[in-house]
Amino acid sequence: MKRRGEASGPVALLWLGPALLLIAGVVVYPAVELVKASLSRYSITGLRKGDAGLANFRGVLANESLGTVLTNTVVWVVAVVVLTILVSLGLAQFLTKEFWGRRVVRWAVIVPWAASLVITARLFSLIYSYYYGTLNAVLLGLHVVDTPIDFLGDDRWIMPSMVAVGVFVSIPFTAYVFVAGLHAIPGEVYEAARIDGASPWKAWRLITLPLLRPAVLVATVLNMIYVFNSFPIIYTLNESNPGFGHDTTITFMYKLAFKSAEKDVGQSAAAGLFNVLLILVAVVAYLRVSRWREEES
Amino acid sequence: MNGTLSWRRIRPAAMPVIGLGVALAFLWPYLVMLLDAFRPSGDVVTTPPSLLPRVWKWTTFGEVFGDERFRAWLLTSVVVAVASTIIVVLVAVPAAYFTARFRFRGRIAFLFLVLITQMFSPTSLVVGIYREFFSLNLVNTYLALILTNAAFNLAFAVWILHGFFASIPKEVEEAAELDGCGPVTRLRRIMLPLTLPGLVTATIFTFIAAWNEYVVALTLMLDDNKKPLTVGINSYVTGYEQNWDQLFGASIIAIVPVVILFAIIEKHLVGGLTAGSVK
Repeated sequence: MKRRGEASGPVALLWLGPALLLIAGVVVYPAVELVKASLSRYSITGLRKGDAGLANFRGVLANESLGTVLTNTVVWVVAVVVLTILVSLGLAQFLTKEFWGRRVVRWAVIVPWAASLVITARLFSLIYSYYYGTLNAVLLGLHVVDTPIDFLGDDRWIMPSMVAVGVFVSIPFTAYVFVAGLHAIPGEVYEAARIDGASPWKAWRLITLPLLRPAVLVATVLNMIYVFNSFPIIYTLNESNPGFGHDTTITFMYKLAFKSAEKDVGQSAAAGLFNVLLILVAVVAYLRVSRWREEES
Repeated sequence: MNGTLSWRRIRPAAMPVIGLGVALAFLWPYLVMLLDAFRPSGDVVTTPPSLLPRVWKWTTFGEVFGDERFRAWLLTSVVVAVASTIIVVLVAVPAAYFTARFRFRGRIAFLFLVLITQMFSPTSLVVGIYREFFSLNLVNTYLALILTNAAFNLAFAVWILHGFFASIPKEVEEAAELDGCGPVTRLRRIMLPLTLPGLVTATIFTFIAAWNEYVVALTLMLDDNKKPLTVGINSYVTGYEQNWDQLFGASIIAIVPVVILFAIIEKHLVGGLTAGSVK
């Protein structure tokens, strides 16, 4: 890309106008509304009652569940993203091998991505069920456990149970990014490694992984954003538990506005702003650590 | 050495078997769901659970399709997903092409804005979105959902298409430029056919995201017959009535079109996921 055409402002506006309008109207405007709401006091029915100053932000920071919610969020995002990336690397390797029936296997892998998260979440809330869940039935039948496990009620089990579903639904997209990345690596590279007598594991570590770096970066960033913002899994699987004990910042924020006894729009808006800030910081930090800029140039 | 040799012999048989295992690992919850759709709701929530229906019930899908509410939800989902996808493509293609090919003031600012939008989700802004559409009197309208889905999926589309357009050498277009073709013609006749995988990727991503969007629809669509499938089908199982069979039957119906769409375009998709982002 050595030479590029120059273009004047008005011409640019013609090409970018629709995109700018859409972003301004449905992303920036609600963001401004969110800021305004975070600085206002609201009645329980959602009517604005006046300025609140920074009271809403103080309210969120003073919420006794905030520590738990933040810890949950970190555990949730890190566990789901790391496990997803690791499993998907292996799966993508398998899906790029030639074998009979590969196309059908690829279609099957897509299903958790194609299914709505709410549907999958509701399905798992039934599979995990203490009384009529398939999972407990199988575990009991195989004599792995003697008494059923309360996956969604027992404090020790809720987070791992939710993480398992989170990983399950994140793998298809991630594996597909890696499959695409693997296809982009020319076959001659491996040929050379084989002639040099490198073991398959060594070839993978020293050749495949570095060449797959851009795909890993893209997949990690997008997964961080999706998983952080993921709502239906936690909201559905955690439905029967009162309080915020197993919420992440996203469901915490939603419950503040629409489900808590107070229905506090102002505090929820403040929590929403904290959310936006959190994900920005997390993504920028990740990109810093992995030296995205160098990769780009 | 011996191990490698025998692996080579059994590989043709072993790989499909492993493949079947992988496929089942991803399908089993949905197979459980399919079985649950074929039993009376009471049988789903009976202790002890049985893997196969104790009583087979074949009427679920008929009931679901016969349900007026279900048809309304399906209509909403189709209208919203199709319309948002069309808008995203129409809006993202010119923006991505222009930023990839021309230098102008504000170019970097625009790309930065797109990058920031990518990190926003409708969920974190849901309070703001609700207040905006409430004040515009657009709560309970398709338009509100369509615009929201289009706006929040625009970033990914612009991002991936920008990468595609930028990866095509400028010389490809130069000949056409000498022949007097303007940028619109060049985009349509030369660039779009070359970047088809990118277009397909952007399309399927937007479609799936819009088809499965939940939080905004949950908040904005309070009118029962305006809800999309994701929100609507939850009313099959509430504190008052429990029709697990219908919930899962409806869910299967919601998944099938997406999987078929996926299967059709999968070939293009694999090319599209990295060709743009990995220069």
